[in-house]
Amino acid sequence: MGCGVSRLDANGMAIPARLRPIFLQRLEEIKLRRQNRHLNAGSTPSKKELLLHAMDDDDNASHHQHSPRASKSVPSTPKKGDKMSKTEIYGKENGIVANIINNNNNKDDDVVAKESNSIGKGKNDPKESAIEGAKANMKDEDDDGNERMIGHEDDDAFPGSPSFRVYFKDINGEDDHIDDNGKRDAFKDAVSSDDGISPMVVIRREEDMLGIVRQRVACKANPVSSLEQGIRLIASRAFSSSAKEMTVRDALNSALDEEMSADPKVFIMGEEVGEYQGAYKITKGLLDKYGPERVVDTPITEAGFTGIGVGAAYYGLRPVIEFMTFNFSMQAIDHIINSAAKSNYMSAGQISVPIVFRGPNGAAAGVGAQHSQCYAAWYGACPGLKVLAPYSSEDARGLLKAAIRDPDPVVFLENELLYGESFPVSAEALDSSFSLPIGKAKIEREGRDVTITAFSKMVGYALQAAEILAKEGISAEVINLRSIRPLDRSTINASVRKTNRLVTLEEGFPQHGVGAEICASVVEESFEYLDAPVERIAGADVPMPYAANLERLAVPQVLISSCPYINYFVF
Amino acid sequence: MALYLPFLRRRIGFLGMMNSTLSNFKTSVLSEKNSITTLSDFCNSFSRRFYSNKADKQFDFIHNGGDSKELNFPGGIVKFTSELKFLADVPEERIHCYRVLDDSGQLISNNFVQVDKEIAVKMYKDMVMLQTMDTIFYEAQRQGRISFYLTANGEEAINIASAAALSMDDLVFPQYREAGVLLWRGFTLQEFANQCFGNKDDNGKGRQMPIHYGSNKHNYFTVASTVATQISHAVGAAYSLKMDGRDACTITYFGDGGTSTGDFHAALNFAAVMEVPVIFFCRNNGWAISTPVSDQFRSDGIVVRGKAYGIRSIRVDGNDALAVFSAVCMARTIAIRESKPVLIEALAYRAGHHSTSDDSSKYRPIEEIEWWREAQNPVTRFREWLRGEGLWTTQAETELRDSARKEVLHAIQVAEKVEKPTVKEIFTDVYDVLPSNLRDQEKSLRETIERHSQDYPIDVPL
Repeated sequence: MGCGVSRLDANGMAIPARLRPIFLQRLEEIKLRRQNRHLNAGSTPSKKELLLHAMDDDDNASHHQHSPRASKSVPSTPKKGDKMSKTEIYGKENGIVANIINNNNNKDDDVVAKESNSIGKGKNDPKESAIEGAKANMKDEDDDGNERMIGHEDDDAFPGSPSFRVYFKDINGEDDHIDDNGKRDAFKDAVSSDDGISPMVVIRREEDMLGIVRQRVACKANPVSSLEQGIRLIASRAFSSSAKEMTVRDALNSALDEEMSADPKVFIMGEEVGEYQGAYKITKGLLDKYGPERVVDTPITEAGFTGIGVGAAYYGLRPVIEFMTFNFSMQAIDHIINSAAKSNYMSAGQISVPIVFRGPNGAAAGVGAQHSQCYAAWYGACPGLKVLAPYSSEDARGLLKAAIRDPDPVVFLENELLYGESFPVSAEALDSSFSLPIGKAKIEREGRDVTITAFSKMVGYALQAAEILAKEGISAEVINLRSIRPLDRSTINASVRKTNRLVTLEEGFPQHGVGAEICASVVEESFEYLDAPVERIAGADVPMPYAANLERLAVPQVLISSCPYINYFVF
Repeated sequence: MALYLPFLRRRIGFLGMMNSTLSNFKTSVLSEKNSITTLSDFCNSFSRRFYSNKADKQFDFIHNGGDSKELNFPGGIVKFTSELKFLADVPEERIHCYRVLDDSGQLISNNFVQVDKEIAVKMYKDMVMLQTMDTIFYEAQRQGRISFYLTANGEEAINIASAAALSMDDLVFPQYREAGVLLWRGFTLQEFANQCFGNKDDNGKGRQMPIHYGSNKHNYFTVASTVATQISHAVGAAYSLKMDGRDACTITYFGDGGTSTGDFHAALNFAAVMEVPVIFFCRNNGWAISTPVSDQFRSDGIVVRGKAYGIRSIRVDGNDALAVFSAVCMARTIAIRESKPVLIEALAYRAGHHSTSDDSSKYRPIEEIEWWREAQNPVTRFREWLRGEGLWTTQAETELRDSARKEVLHAIQVAEKVEKPTVKEIFTDVYDVLPSNLRDQEKSLRETIERHSQDYPIDVPL
């Protein structure tokens, strides 16, 4: 693409290489719109066009950035040969390297190697699903004894890193046929007989479990990795009765569309929501359908349009405020907290603020510290706000509709990387009257042995981890929080009382995070049910680094095969 | 690609926005026809404002036509000049201040909006009532009966005259020195006192500091302590008035200090771009607590800023009730008829301390305060005009002052005796419906109170 198009802008200025794709895309869109002025903006040609450009962008990106990054992304290894082979793997596996980190007592190492090998055998086809591919990798890694040893050195170099204190009893062994209660008794016996070892720390398995099960998304150009598609397959199995699939983007778009059509007081306001169809195309087609008085393109002042939205909500409208990313909502936090969240209380119920603040939240890919922060804990800390974080398309539809209909201010945290993900949706969820209750978590997957809480994108990781654990005989229960505030403490505590173990998973910073609140709730309400210390998995306690290799390590991942050379971060 | 999108989008978005803002003026005539077909009837008269600037229009500048005398730039044609000259930082003459009455209350022109006799008398009575209320409530704070108070000394005319020029349907977004607007609208002295004492009859259920009044009934939004946030709220509310096609506008008050906030700039810019019926009323009283305007900004006050944002603006004498009344009347007409924002800068000295937490004699000469209190007193000036019109007598003055004092004292005595809001009110209104965690908290609190009933304050009812 681009050979027929001059790389100069209208004023004859050279367009920097980085700007080209989007500039050309914009120009093409404008041309198209000129040609089809009488057609609907949501018509297919522009979609096609977009697709074309997206592909082109990927090409550019991979040529200019990703290849060098991929090779850089391998942390220092003593052998150059190893480095090369890693780079190869990135390419071969479509940008994905999945590994299991060994973090055990030395005496277990051999067993790990053997087991890993046995899993990996016979599954070497890179065209298989990502999980299969990852297993294939596992074999490659394990064949190389040196690398595995290096991995151990790395572990030792990071005293904080062997923090995977999620311990499971060995349910691969004799306990297999014992029922739930029986298992627990056996486990407790084992604990009490282990003299000299803290009863809370019981290592019964060769592999570390969830704490080390993380995913690496190696290739920025393809953030929606095939590993995640794997999750989708899992998810679709669970919903096998439903026929339709829908992307999160379409789910959000349709929810907005339906709510705007149902209630003339609903309007959307933000940067690029109208003419540009939304920075992430969430508002696609809405301008043409509802007109510029209800799809309002604004000057670039978050503090301005948020305050104006709050004012409109004071006087009976139902604004949906889009932030291009929630990082920019910091410009407007005065209005979100002081104006929106507190007004109903401070006016003694005289002024309600039915407003929705929505936009992508948390880490995307390669956008640095000021575009990658998760604000769930921030907004979750403020009474007066409701904070929702959808994972699937059904979540997105149901929760956004509930948010718009709600009389209180709602912060609606989306995830950029999920926008393009497809999920099966039930007929019920497609109904325009559909909505989900705010404050209710969803048990995405039932299990007996450990509870994993997650929200947004991390739900996918948790499901994936649960799938892997299931193969090893560990039954993990995955709770999709859906609502950060109010937090569904009863569902979480009921689950922990059943499984007796808890792992919290989130992308945000660990300190005072959502996981911290969940831990506190479980310790307060279900302490006596816990068989092991609660484990928090969160993002690294650092501003998001830009370099792809570092960025990857700064958020939770699912690693499937042994990965000896990674310094991993779990907090 | 995805890597750089947010940056680029913002950048491109900015250019696009600049284009659209600038081209708004130029394309407005052309767009009239387009938009009417797509919009509902109620907004036909305002259709121009709802017109979306199409991308192709923004790119008109590419075809420049080769005319070397002017540049067809997005937003309109710009003439070229060979003069290397910067715009002046300080104007040769400061913007004039509109007034109707001279210092002694004599009419200096007939160029003002006529006030009905009854309205004029009520204006004066309310100004006196505001003065009296301020004096007595201020004393009550000094005696420790309330925690905080803030007077409108020197700004009585701004308060009452601007309120008198509005209709009850107009929405008020106050800063905090506009109790007079609420007084004009019928908020009773008892209601003022209840709020300041935070008792159970307070509209705000005792949740806010004194003087943070608010009343739905009077279309007066609850006072926020955050400076200047109300300016953008007023723009948002004006947008909803516009969408509803209502025959009303919003007015927002703020001080000279508030104009330094980002909210002020954002709100003015948005109001101009969105073309909403809002009156920005700046009470330039010379001081933001201890910061004089010379440390606040270097422009010729606030009035000149309006021009930069494309907003009609006027400077009025804030000590002249008739001038304020006339300016707000006209502004209201412009705002509603044309659906456009208007900026008013009223000059009136803050003749009292900023609040009860402030002693302004520490940073400004007492003689200066006294001069403004005596020579530029807005209440006295308006009274002299009323007297000249034959609408006011010395006897009426004495009676009014007497009864006002009694009424205010009575209100305070009553408010003091009313019991405090109940424990339940700690938890209500955080959300529209009480969520389960707050129900749990309330239960737990009640259990604690029961366990330690001897330590529980008797003046807070369960």
